[in-house]
Amino acid sequence: MLAITVSHISKSFGTVQALKDISLSVEDGELFGLIGPDGAGKSTLFRILTTLLLADKGEGTVAGHPIVSKYKEIRKKVGYMPGKFSLYQDLSVEENLSFFATIFGTTIEANYDLIKDIYVQIEPFKKRLAGQLSGGMKQKLALCCALIHKPEVLFLDEPTTGVDAVSRKEFWEMLQRLKEKGIAILVSTPYMDEAELCDRIALIQNGRILQTDTPEALRASYPYPLYAVKSRNTYQLLKSLRETFYTRTVLPFGDFLHLSTKEKMALDQIQNDLRTKGFEAIEIKEIEATVEDVFLELSDTEEARTTTER
Amino acid sequence: MTEHAIEVTGLTKRFGDFTAVDAISFHVSKGEIFGFLGANGAGKTTAMRMLIGLSKPTEGDGFVAGYNIRTEAEQIKKGIGYMSQKFSLYNDLTVKENIRFYGGIYGLSKKQIAEKTAEILEELDLLEVAKKTVGALPLGWKQRLSFAVSMVHDPDIVFLDEPTGGVDPYVRRQFWETIYQQADAGRTIFVTTHYMDEAEYCDRVSIMVAGSIEALDTPKELKKQFASTTMDDVFLKLAR
Repeated sequence: MLAITVSHISKSFGTVQALKDISLSVEDGELFGLIGPDGAGKSTLFRILTTLLLADKGEGTVAGHPIVSKYKEIRKKVGYMPGKFSLYQDLSVEENLSFFATIFGTTIEANYDLIKDIYVQIEPFKKRLAGQLSGGMKQKLALCCALIHKPEVLFLDEPTTGVDAVSRKEFWEMLQRLKEKGIAILVSTPYMDEAELCDRIALIQNGRILQTDTPEALRASYPYPLYAVKSRNTYQLLKSLRETFYTRTVLPFGDFLHLSTKEKMALDQIQNDLRTKGFEAIEIKEIEATVEDVFLELSDTEEARTTTER
Repeated sequence: MTEHAIEVTGLTKRFGDFTAVDAISFHVSKGEIFGFLGANGAGKTTAMRMLIGLSKPTEGDGFVAGYNIRTEAEQIKKGIGYMSQKFSLYNDLTVKENIRFYGGIYGLSKKQIAEKTAEILEELDLLEVAKKTVGALPLGWKQRLSFAVSMVHDPDIVFLDEPTGGVDPYVRRQFWETIYQQADAGRTIFVTTHYMDEAEYCDRVSIMVAGSIEALDTPKELKKQFASTTMDDVFLKLAR
């Protein structure tokens, strides 16, 4: 059985088309990532699948139930962590958790083993009000509350946005452990590096899915020669390479620039060209594309440049 | 006056018996892109609030843009640029009105506002949408406008507090190009971010852990020092 199926879902708000003909499926026990920037439509899709919003067109199922006719069944079987912290700020950690357990007709004890790994990290603060927790602790409590009724499918909407690199890493380790317990997870994120941690991902932008595949297959699909280039004065290098005839695209990636060329180039050829132009301490290597390279290649950059209509 | 855009020694902030910032000392050179990193709760925001004149240090001293952070907080507020992750633009005002509003706040004359408006609209290619409300603009455009507006009074230094959260990878890069451009023109940039690839774009980077600066150097030296290939790895080794 598939944990989630989405077929041809569209949704508009007034003149803004938030989702355009979206189709995807998530298998049982799969960790599926929806990767895209703010405004891509990720949260809208989450709300439709968690039965909080009706789609204009299209169909879907969650845990085997159609999203419209069997919405009550779905609500019992899913855990949902919205992008915005939505627990009761004026209840303590413990009170929040027992509140959510009671709502679903269960107890903290009954499913304790599922949340144990995560809960022990916030248990020392169980008497503290949720509103007074740090960002990382709020996130862990929200995850516990979403898990306390032992859901079959877990929806996590941007759980790591605004969270520092250490907490992000810990959070993804928790997700791997939940996956091993057989829970299907649909998680959204604007961080491209997190894509590598998913079984499969869908790249989404402006309400449209650009591509769906495993991270490995997506990376391998990048069709052009790609080089990492570096020298002293990165900004000048960027400007210079942008003007060069062999360049398709050149974009900053950490301490290197990623240079995609029209045809395959000898490393010496690029090196000599740059040296002639006066660059020093040049480093060049041929590289494999990252998920972010693929996203940038597929994404509609024209819109970022010229369109002002959403 | 000092050669540095920022120079602080022993900067400390205590709330009751909790020390949020614990005697940090560092400087930022003029025209430098300085990355100010740290885990959530490490004390970054508290430190930054002291630097921009919003909070008085419990101990320590320093200068920002030539002004004393203890005694000349008002001059600092007028003299620096600040852009936060939450856009400070008014969504229901037009692009032009937003520029005029901030120009007014910073005490620019009518003539200066008119010149600045023309300059920003031209540079950011916003002429066509000058009379549209900011709420109707795509995120990336708002962000660049917000950056431009933070420099409406031509400050020597701009503070950027997580300026690129949640935006498109392409737009994020476009934004960094405008940062490079400004630094190239001699403006000092002080920036916080959770994206470790962006830490690589900085000239120097400091990493705060539990109120102290645990590391400060160029990304290249930091990677060498912590035997790491990426800044992500450096950060994890320090902050975990």
